Amino acid sequence: MAAALSPVRRTAAVVVHRATILFFIAFAIFPFYWMVVTSFKQNADLYVGATNVAHNPFLFNIPPTLDHLRILFGQTLYLTWLRNTLFVGLVVVGITLLLAVPAGYSLARLTGRWGERLSIGIFMTYLVPSTLLFIPFSRLVSLMQLQNSLWSLVLIYPTFTVPFCTWLLMGFFKSLPREVEESAMVDGCSRVGAIWRMVLPLSVPGLLTVVIFALTLVIQEFVYSLTFISSVQRMTVSVGVPVALVRGDVYYWGSLMAACLITSIPIAVVYNFFLDRFIAGFTVGAIK
Amino acid sequence: MSTNPVLEAARPATRAVPAGRPFRLREWLEREAVFSWLMLTPPLLFLLAFLGYPFCYGVYLSFVKRPVAQPATFVGLGNFVNLWNDAIFWQAVWNTFRFTAAATVLKLVGGLGMALVMHQNFKLKGMTRALLLLPFIVPTVLSTVAWQWIFDPGMGMFNRLLMFFDLVKQNQGPSWLGNPTLAMVSVILVNTWRGLPFFGITILAGLQTIPDELMESATIDGAGTWARFRYVTLPLLMPVIFIVTTFSIIFTFFDFQLVYVLTGGGPANATHLMATYAYSVGMSSGQLGMGSAAALAMVPVLGVVLLMMSSYVRRA
Repeated sequence: MAAALSPVRRTAAVVVHRATILFFIAFAIFPFYWMVVTSFKQNADLYVGATNVAHNPFLFNIPPTLDHLRILFGQTLYLTWLRNTLFVGLVVVGITLLLAVPAGYSLARLTGRWGERLSIGIFMTYLVPSTLLFIPFSRLVSLMQLQNSLWSLVLIYPTFTVPFCTWLLMGFFKSLPREVEESAMVDGCSRVGAIWRMVLPLSVPGLLTVVIFALTLVIQEFVYSLTFISSVQRMTVSVGVPVALVRGDVYYWGSLMAACLITSIPIAVVYNFFLDRFIAGFTVGAIK
Repeated sequence: MSTNPVLEAARPATRAVPAGRPFRLREWLEREAVFSWLMLTPPLLFLLAFLGYPFCYGVYLSFVKRPVAQPATFVGLGNFVNLWNDAIFWQAVWNTFRFTAAATVLKLVGGLGMALVMHQNFKLKGMTRALLLLPFIVPTVLSTVAWQWIFDPGMGMFNRLLMFFDLVKQNQGPSWLGNPTLAMVSVILVNTWRGLPFFGITILAGLQTIPDELMESATIDGAGTWARFRYVTLPLLMPVIFIVTTFSIIFTFFDFQLVYVLTGGGPANATHLMATYAYSVGMSSGQLGMGSAAALAMVPVLGVVLLMMSSYVRRA
């Protein structure tokens, strides 16, 4: 009878379980709550901490406002930063696909010791942190006359998107049987033709995942962008928001939080769709 | 993998050039191994040029003294000797180890807990997962800016909460980022907040691969909840836990943006990590050589972790 719990104990277990989950949820999202509240509060409702104890900071005490959004879009360079980020992101995605698709395919099909060694090696290069290389890169960027240019980022971001995307793509290509391209080649296709006509159309979900992850890696990147870009007009979102939206000693918290919120929402939504693929790719080899 | 004998036999064209026929470049290129290496060459060259070369250049820089806009002079181990004698460098080293150890343990324990509660069935599980993932998904810099506002001594969320429940008097709330000990605690807290979902969701993926039959047979053998966890679940989870932990150690040890945005290394270097220290020496004060040396000082740790990881991956 050990396996059957009494009703009381079962209820208690459910309560503890639900409470734990609620705790984790609260811990995860309370900063976002603060972000949302701040983004839409009037300044008179926002900056009263020191003067009025009766004031409840967690609710809207006076009606919400869109002023902070108006400032963000009208009086800051936020949209320019978004455009810069998007430009860098799209070019980097293009370069990444060009390098990572052939590499991922080859690693998936290369059997034997060298194929395995190389794929582990490429995965390891993803783990080389940017904080290790930004100083030599800063010299190299200025030698190439690319300092303060978005092209420096275009050139250097593939150093982390290519290894990561190659690894992910390798996983996808491995899940496609060799017969896919071999039957096409028996029918007279060249290998490139077979890949183009048979393998790639079947890998659209994988390619899409790679595009999304390369883009999010670009949006996330901070160290290189901070080091190479100095003028405010050329900044990316991840550097512009923390470094240049803060004016003098006064924090424009409303607009700052609005910028964080607006940048985060699309990423969060898209990411959620692709997360399972990411985890599957990441744990390849760890889970058998 | 695909070892269909019929197809194996049906692909002579992709194999070695049949004997007796003249060598043809086209056919040679179509061979799988040749083709693969050809396709691998551009990315490998790219990585060599853009990771290998900068790394070597960084090593070179660490041996020279190179103030901004002046020619470099070779100083041998001078930069490393200077670092060795620099109290702030040692503080950054100590901070980095403390920060990495505390944050990793918290994330691992919390993530394991998160995975275990998420492994059960309950309503709105999909939505719960999406919410729990938010900290990991949102760009670190942006969430860190939000945390800066949360920690604000006068009007931030934490001190307003304390005031709201009458735990502190007006304007007497702790200075979360201004007090050396609290600042370190805050930095660890934010890193844990951000990395927890990564541990939780990845360990959950590992949990889901454990067959139910194993649990059932363990139950029949009389194993209680704890025994099942300790002797069935945990050993089977070890590969995932290992991968996720080594990954996290690297990214935590080399963390830069969190500290740079939240505290800038302050107060009085109390939260300086090796990466932020290297930046402040190399970029802010323009001593490229010494900055490179400080960055290179992180390499041994990376090397050890990568070695552990690669030997483990090869064994698996």
